Amino acid sequence: MPSSKRAVLPLDLDATDEIMEIQMGPSHPASHGTIKFNLKLDGEVVIDCDVEVGYLHRAFEKMAEQGTWNQVVPYTDRLNYVSPLINNVGYALAVEKLCGIRVPERCEYIRAIMSEISRITDHLTCLGMAVQEIGAQTVAFLMIESRELLWDIVEAVTGARLTISYTRIGGVTNDLPPDVPDRIRAAIVHLNAILSDCDKLLTRNRIFYDRMVDVGVLTAEDAISHGVTGPMLRASGVNYDVRKAQPYSGYDRFDFSVPLGTKGDNYDRYLCRFNEMEQSVRIIEQALRDLPDGPVRLDDPRFVLPPKQRVYGSIEGLMNHFKLIMEGAKVPRGEAYQAVEGANGELGFYVVSDGSGRPYRVRVRPPCFLGMSALGEMVKGYMLADIIPTFGMVNMIGGECDR
Amino acid sequence: MGLTPDELLARLKEAFGERILDSHHHCGDVTVIIARDDALEILRRLRDEPAFAFNFLMDVTAVDYLGQQPRFEVVYHLYSLTHNFRTRAKIRVPEADPWVHSLVPLWKAANWLEREVWDMFGIRFLGHPDLRRILLYEEFVGHPLRKDYPVDKRQPLVPERDPIETGWKFNA
Repeated sequence: MPSSKRAVLPLDLDATDEIMEIQMGPSHPASHGTIKFNLKLDGEVVIDCDVEVGYLHRAFEKMAEQGTWNQVVPYTDRLNYVSPLINNVGYALAVEKLCGIRVPERCEYIRAIMSEISRITDHLTCLGMAVQEIGAQTVAFLMIESRELLWDIVEAVTGARLTISYTRIGGVTNDLPPDVPDRIRAAIVHLNAILSDCDKLLTRNRIFYDRMVDVGVLTAEDAISHGVTGPMLRASGVNYDVRKAQPYSGYDRFDFSVPLGTKGDNYDRYLCRFNEMEQSVRIIEQALRDLPDGPVRLDDPRFVLPPKQRVYGSIEGLMNHFKLIMEGAKVPRGEAYQAVEGANGELGFYVVSDGSGRPYRVRVRPPCFLGMSALGEMVKGYMLADIIPTFGMVNMIGGECDR
Repeated sequence: MGLTPDELLARLKEAFGERILDSHHHCGDVTVIIARDDALEILRRLRDEPAFAFNFLMDVTAVDYLGQQPRFEVVYHLYSLTHNFRTRAKIRVPEADPWVHSLVPLWKAANWLEREVWDMFGIRFLGHPDLRRILLYEEFVGHPLRKDYPVDKRQPLVPERDPIETGWKFNA
């Protein structure tokens, strides 16, 4: 019987039933993220839920209009801070689309590798935190341990763990250090071992299964209407992945599959994310195998800083550098929308340029904002305690949802 | 991609003719500009007609072209899962009475996205069931993504409030 755990609303209430109004959050020990649920309860059944977001609003879109195009990159780190590389790549691709340039092949591979590493760290965080909140502490520690391995690699490549600012318009800041491909391969071996442990501990665990299955059901129709994308949409059985549908950064070169769910409940969302990590590993392995040689930045004086030798060695290079830093790259007038597959779904950047060195408008389409807008309906009719795993599986990242 | 931008644009023009006020494609993105009185019906047809089947409302946002007439543009990004193409629909909105029709009857995603545009730009969505601020708080003065909102503007301190007493209503 589908979603038998869900009470049919509206409940048949009589005068003796007392409706309790309760506010959960914004700082609740069992929810990771600053968010408030205004709840209306009959006993333990949620009969209405109003989700309040915005506690982490930092005016990203306003700040993006204040600097040059490249100065927006550090702000994008802080959107989804669990997988910042995907934000960097998405923003860079949007601006490059507007400029009409395409980065060198090696850079595309590096961006794909780093995006997939980030996707794994994001899914590990999401699953680790969500299962910890319903009692699976061991798995949480295992997942955070494997995330650590990947963040070490991110640190080796970009110089930072979180605030990485790795991409630039027309490339990335620096090439992969020579030992990184081997380190990634070693980390993948370790990661696979940990994931296999987590799988054994969790996937067929009776307690976990009972908490997750048939809870937080979101039908495919509702998911589409809500604009939900990513693992949440695919758990509802809709096959949409930006990497497959509209490939960017060379994703059409890689062989990978898109895991789909059937019911759209929390358990399907868990399985989707879990299986996506395996697919990401496949992509990384293929990309490392085929990684071509060559530059990681475009040699285009209109948008990309010249190499330091040219800056110090020639007046043209020095002027080029000065103009790009002081005035910013002159992105042609126009507008462009570029979507990438973020860890939570379609991460879109809509950029408008007026031809000066500064962005006229930078708009982010945050995937978990739309996921949160569906959450209110996803928790209705279930028990109060089911909010926690459902919220965990939406994987709200405050930095991205509230910007 | 299902269609080239030219083919998609031709199909849109064939279906709507004069009702598309202006159109172009740039960097592979197709843009159509429609009138705000007409928008609800055109978007409904874009969603329902099998030739388009734009079942995703991916994004609603606005751009403030301060100094130009009309001042605002409300921008919709649509995506068709069936045909795997995107389009961008825009409505030009004058400063004097900034409103457009709400798309909540067509897509549930419009609810929060339109609240955000109201919050940031002060554009009203007629027929929206619950047009409150979403990222900022109710006492916030002004609409910060307007170009004439200074980036360093300070807001007055607001007293603590009880959200159950003020401004929070259930729709069940």
